[in-house]
Amino acid sequence: MSLWPLIGIAIVILGFALRLNPLLVVVAAALASGVAAGLAPLAVVAAFGKAFNTNRYVSAPWIILPVIGLLERAGLRERARDVIAGTAAATTGRLLLAYLLLRQLTSAVGLTAIGGHAQTVRPLLAPMAEAAAARTDPAITDAGRQRIRALAAATDNIGMFFGEDIFLAVASILLIKGFLEANGIIIAPLQLSVWAIPTAIAAFGIHGVRLWRLDKRLARQ
Amino acid sequence: MIGLPFLYAIAGLLFAGWAGLTLVDRANPKRFGSAIFWGLLAVSFLFGDRLGDLGNGILVLALVAIAGTGKLGRGSPPTSAPDEREASSRRHGNRLFLPALIVPATALIGSLALAHLTIDKVPLVEAKQVTLVSLGLGTIIAIAVILIWLRPPLLAPLHEGRRLVEAVGWAIILPQMLASLGAVFAAAGVGQIIGGLASAVIPDGVRFIAVIAFTLGMAGFTMVMGNAFAAFPVMMAAIGLPVLVGQLHGDPAIVAAVGMLAGFCGTLLTPMAANFNIVPAALLELDDRNAVIKAQVATALPLLAFNTLLIWGLAFR
Repeated sequence: MSLWPLIGIAIVILGFALRLNPLLVVVAAALASGVAAGLAPLAVVAAFGKAFNTNRYVSAPWIILPVIGLLERAGLRERARDVIAGTAAATTGRLLLAYLLLRQLTSAVGLTAIGGHAQTVRPLLAPMAEAAAARTDPAITDAGRQRIRALAAATDNIGMFFGEDIFLAVASILLIKGFLEANGIIIAPLQLSVWAIPTAIAAFGIHGVRLWRLDKRLARQ
Repeated sequence: MIGLPFLYAIAGLLFAGWAGLTLVDRANPKRFGSAIFWGLLAVSFLFGDRLGDLGNGILVLALVAIAGTGKLGRGSPPTSAPDEREASSRRHGNRLFLPALIVPATALIGSLALAHLTIDKVPLVEAKQVTLVSLGLGTIIAIAVILIWLRPPLLAPLHEGRRLVEAVGWAIILPQMLASLGAVFAAAGVGQIIGGLASAVIPDGVRFIAVIAFTLGMAGFTMVMGNAFAAFPVMMAAIGLPVLVGQLHGDPAIVAAVGMLAGFCGTLLTPMAANFNIVPAALLELDDRNAVIKAQVATALPLLAFNTLLIWGLAFR
């Protein structure tokens, strides 16, 4: 078996490491791997175009942006900030921990669409977390604020990833079930989803300890 | 039956509106390139099915050429000033949170109710697309409520949406591009080659090493593909089924379920999972494109170790 089709992976790793424009890197990787596997360049372009067209649903959720923009225009982020600034018990760590728990629980019952980076993190969670951090550490720098925002996004990801697999009908459980079935192993979705629970608890524990220590660190500064 | 075409029509009109407004925004130094970029996305959403595979491929190349040569810029869509926002926030108080809840609430009600609505025994909404269709409905309802309640200018939804879409920039199509790259990688047989390599490096019968090779392989290949779903069939076929389940008699439910979660740890560590890691960095206006990944490393690595121990400790009882 020829190893040359792997050249696309090398291009992706190198391109991201050199911080080239990722769109150029992706197209170059597709062309290289496709041609190395014996496809004609135009056939690779057509295969990419076909996949791009079928995958439009990936970009469709951007239609929510006007809603978020309108609410920001009306002062939603300022409101989110002030609510937290007026609640002394709401530290950054506790706030993110509560969000983590909520995100895991709602994802576990199949409601992944409730949260998300455009829906909740940018208009609500990030300004709240920043406001709480600025109260604990009034001298917080812009870099420090950016780290808090990044952590808010990270908390949303972790909450969703390690909650959704507890839900029976989520895509990944159905994929596992289908794959095992194709190989002659019949397993009910429930048998799979219960095994998502230990990791969900571990994710809450590990990320929770980090958030708790964040509060300590902010208070020390 | 309402399905993706409904959603694509909304998205297409939205991008067309952004293209038009960009074209007349003289504050954008690159307004022509930018207008073409958003316009091409409108074409993709509205007419993508009629362009043919090669036509869509050429459309992608044009998008990449514009973004890759720096012809995509930001203008200055009209919005409210900081003091207007403070005043509006004080005037409306916590009621401002209500419209923000319309979209999640519609998603919730939609996923519970829309799936069961039928007209003449034909489902009203395509079952697989209930979440996305609910998102579209929620967006329309939320915009209508905000327009009636807060009375911003009629064009404000377009202007405000453009302000955000310009902040995200080219990253907006990166997730879709990476999904398409996955399809080309599949056609080129990349998965089978990786699987062949992975199964070649495991010594026979050493349980702990085989488990480590499986979970690290899941995380690593997920990092390359940006998606645990792409890595799962490859690693299961290479190591999970033949070695862990076949030779070592592991419980397939534990191996498969926890193996997938080991892949999710990889998702937290890679720029290839753009919609989770790169897009939010743009959306939150972070200087470091990889800031979200850096915030996730200290959770993802211990969790990967936990998943490895979980399979090792419980799958072979």
